[in-house]
Amino acid sequence: MSRIEALDTVSGQLAALAAGSATAIALVERSLERAAALVELNALITTTADAARATAARLTPGSGPLAGVPFAQKDLFCTRGVRTTCGSRMLADFIAPYDATVSERLNAAGAVSIGKANMDEFAMGSSNENSFFGPVRNPWDRQRVPGGSSGGSAALVAAGVVPFATGSDTGGSVRQPAALCGVVGLKPTYGRVSRYGMVAYASSLDQAGVLAHTADDCARVLAAIAGADPRDATCSTRPLDDYVGALGSGVRGLRIGVVAEYFGAGVDPAVAQAVRGALQVLEREGAVLVDVRLPSLPLSIPAYYVLAPAEASSNLARYDGVRFGHRCDAPTDLADLYGRSRAEGFGTEVKRRILAGTYVLSAGYYDAYYRRAQRVRRLIANDYQRAFTEVDLLAGPTAPDVAFALGEKAADPLAMYAADVNTVAVNLAGLPAISVPAGFVTGLPVGLQLVGPAFGETRLLAAAHALQLVSDWHLQAPGAAA
Amino acid sequence: MSQTQWQAVIGLECHVQLLTRSKMFSGASTAYGADPNTHACAVDVALPGTLPVANAEAIRLAVRFGLAVGAHIRPMSVFARKNYFYPDLPKGYQISQYEEPIVEGGSVRVAVGDGRSITVALTRAHLEEDAGKSVHDAFHGATGIDLNRAGTPLLEIVSEPVMHSAAEAAAYMKTLHRLVRWLRICDGNLQEGSFRCDANVSIRPEGDSTLGTRTEIKNVNSFRFVEKAIEYEIERQIRELEAGRSIVQETRLYDEARQQTRPMRSKESAHDYRYFPDPDLPPVVVPAELQEAERALLPELPDARHARYLEALQLSAYDAGQLTGDRETADYFEALLSGVPGQAKLCANWVLGEVSAALNAAQYDIVACPIAPAQLAGLLGRIVDGSISGKIAKDVFTAMWAGEGSADAVIAARGLGQISDDSALVAAIDGVLAASPEQAGQFRAGDEKIFTWLVGQVMRATRGKANPSRLNQLLRERLQSC
Repeated sequence: MSRIEALDTVSGQLAALAAGSATAIALVERSLERAAALVELNALITTTADAARATAARLTPGSGPLAGVPFAQKDLFCTRGVRTTCGSRMLADFIAPYDATVSERLNAAGAVSIGKANMDEFAMGSSNENSFFGPVRNPWDRQRVPGGSSGGSAALVAAGVVPFATGSDTGGSVRQPAALCGVVGLKPTYGRVSRYGMVAYASSLDQAGVLAHTADDCARVLAAIAGADPRDATCSTRPLDDYVGALGSGVRGLRIGVVAEYFGAGVDPAVAQAVRGALQVLEREGAVLVDVRLPSLPLSIPAYYVLAPAEASSNLARYDGVRFGHRCDAPTDLADLYGRSRAEGFGTEVKRRILAGTYVLSAGYYDAYYRRAQRVRRLIANDYQRAFTEVDLLAGPTAPDVAFALGEKAADPLAMYAADVNTVAVNLAGLPAISVPAGFVTGLPVGLQLVGPAFGETRLLAAAHALQLVSDWHLQAPGAAA
Repeated sequence: MSQTQWQAVIGLECHVQLLTRSKMFSGASTAYGADPNTHACAVDVALPGTLPVANAEAIRLAVRFGLAVGAHIRPMSVFARKNYFYPDLPKGYQISQYEEPIVEGGSVRVAVGDGRSITVALTRAHLEEDAGKSVHDAFHGATGIDLNRAGTPLLEIVSEPVMHSAAEAAAYMKTLHRLVRWLRICDGNLQEGSFRCDANVSIRPEGDSTLGTRTEIKNVNSFRFVEKAIEYEIERQIRELEAGRSIVQETRLYDEARQQTRPMRSKESAHDYRYFPDPDLPPVVVPAELQEAERALLPELPDARHARYLEALQLSAYDAGQLTGDRETADYFEALLSGVPGQAKLCANWVLGEVSAALNAAQYDIVACPIAPAQLAGLLGRIVDGSISGKIAKDVFTAMWAGEGSADAVIAARGLGQISDDSALVAAIDGVLAASPEQAGQFRAGDEKIFTWLVGQVMRATRGKANPSRLNQLLRERLQSC
């Protein structure tokens, strides 16, 4: 194993830029060279080399908190003038006339986008095999998946192409690929970051997130993208906390609830052991480990796979071949236009979820599925709320296993859905969570998931930072041969 | 076998376009008549990543309506998605309110002629957005889509099925139309579709308490057509049932040319809308302060004003009804009355007589009346103080309408002041009597009828300016004394 360099991190790049030992242009070239060398990872759908160079050339050093730092954005953040495909044939040629709030704020902070990261189609998937643009390969083992749906973002950070990337997390889509690629993945509280311009999958669960090597880097990026947005009615107007300033708070006296259900039957024992090892590190730093139960947690997968497809079936109705997106050739009538445009434009998993979602909302089934799932959602939220009266954070493995082989679960959607077992409940409850590198099993990264109470990002980041100060799992880089 | 007596049962759903500058969920303009698709922003076109934000003004207008009809305003109401595919529905769903509407209950008192009135109970009123328009005649072999109307705020006002004749339904529609204009929440423009109705019609044997199978007549935008459509539909249903057939629950359209209703294609009406709460929009919160603020701004309502005109002003039911036909007329009347206190009947006569006729002839709205209430009060004041006769006043009114200045200016310029000076009048009378000794003799011989002729002669001599009552008195005196 090799180690990451200072220039692989946001903080390292900012220090070098400030010291004059690096320039924005040099950093962009570095990213573009690496992207070209690692093209086999298939982690970028669109590379915007010329725009990145032009932006870097225009930048005034120090003009923003992220001035001169290259990054990649998941290809569901709309970018003015650059296509936003959402990993789908449906939007393969879609160019938005506006920037997503997240993209706009990163641009304003001086970060330099080098392109749009590959992803599962419409953010539906846990392996990045559902992309119209082909699967992303895991930098640690190219025969394995990077996780999903923000697989391209995770792979780009893990491989050292960019120091950070944006992602979106509806049921674990930032945290699970972060875990499988050995990087940090932060999913903020629902409403902390605007969803405007982020192509919707399941609106009540979607939340923009950050992938980077360190909690410190995540804090810097979160500070740039979080906050109220009049264009998103679900975005919180609560003032921001000082995410970077609070990083050094440490974990002394912090009560961390070790959730029994997170270590349930589906979790690989070696993964569980690695995660317990990381928790012991935090304990040595002064954290207090407490056993906690979240009895409703096993219901989260079925509830999620009712609610998310229900919202998706409605959110994806706009892709009808009428105004934008894929349109079939020579439609004979309206039904044919709808039918063939959507049949051709969407992939299998997207269709599966649209059908499931349409079904659960149908007359006669609504109460049995949708309404019931909403009740389950409330039970899960209540479980978390109760737990947070006793502890400050909750912990467990992010994913039940390390990265699996490409194709291994592709034919078995239910096995694929089980990969989200520890992450979806957090979205159902709208809480912030972070996945932090916590060791390796058979040479593949393992992630520790920490979950905080609503708007508890500072506490999460400080705990993850405390772990990273005394561990070096996050400093391991996939070998050059990878 | 005795003939069955049928009772019709009718409920109306009225779609009222709210008078806001921007759309229900976007910042685009609601102005009517612009070039196609020039008032459709990214949100209206449903571009990926865009999000709706509720229009606070539309919410205020809905609250105002609820207060005016004595309804319950929900402190928290919920937007829901009504899912269906249609090319003029960009998102593939309409945002409406379903299980928890903003306004519940309330009632409207409706005068139905012969001094009789009924109370129409309301079920609810909910906020929603309008769809766009399909343009079928602009392109050969293709349908155009105009999204200017898409997203326009509507208040759908649903009545209970409590009306029993087409005339009652039409009277209710008119009353509601007057009310929403009175409240300044809708411009009431029927041609532009600002106010349109769906009618639910069923029949049952007189005395039955269960409802018959209903049909829904869609999208009627005139009082006359609503009456005709319902009349036709009642007759049709009676024919069906008396022929031993049954009523099919269906949506029908009114064919204005043939004056009959016909079923819509079942494809257009057989929808499972898969309603569910819109996850993009937080619940609509109406704080008590907002309700109180709107209540304070509520104008005196038409019923209250009507009653006041009858009781306090001693106007006839006819005058009160005409004056309260719209708020602008009533306001004009009151402004006029404040300039000639105590002369309610005179003011009513002028507003409903000369003013109304002149406005009709010029096709002006009363708010555009060239003679302001204060100016007209100046004219009526001259009638009251005897300076001019009612007949002369009409000429002065015409001159004022033509822009010749104030009443006093016109009277002075044209020398129209009434002669109340006895010596001038006596001189004129004596002149007439000297010229008409024969007629004077007839009067003295007991021919009372000739008196009117003599009055006419004096009037002619004074070019109509003689004060009529004084003239009467003096003429009689002169005839008897000479």
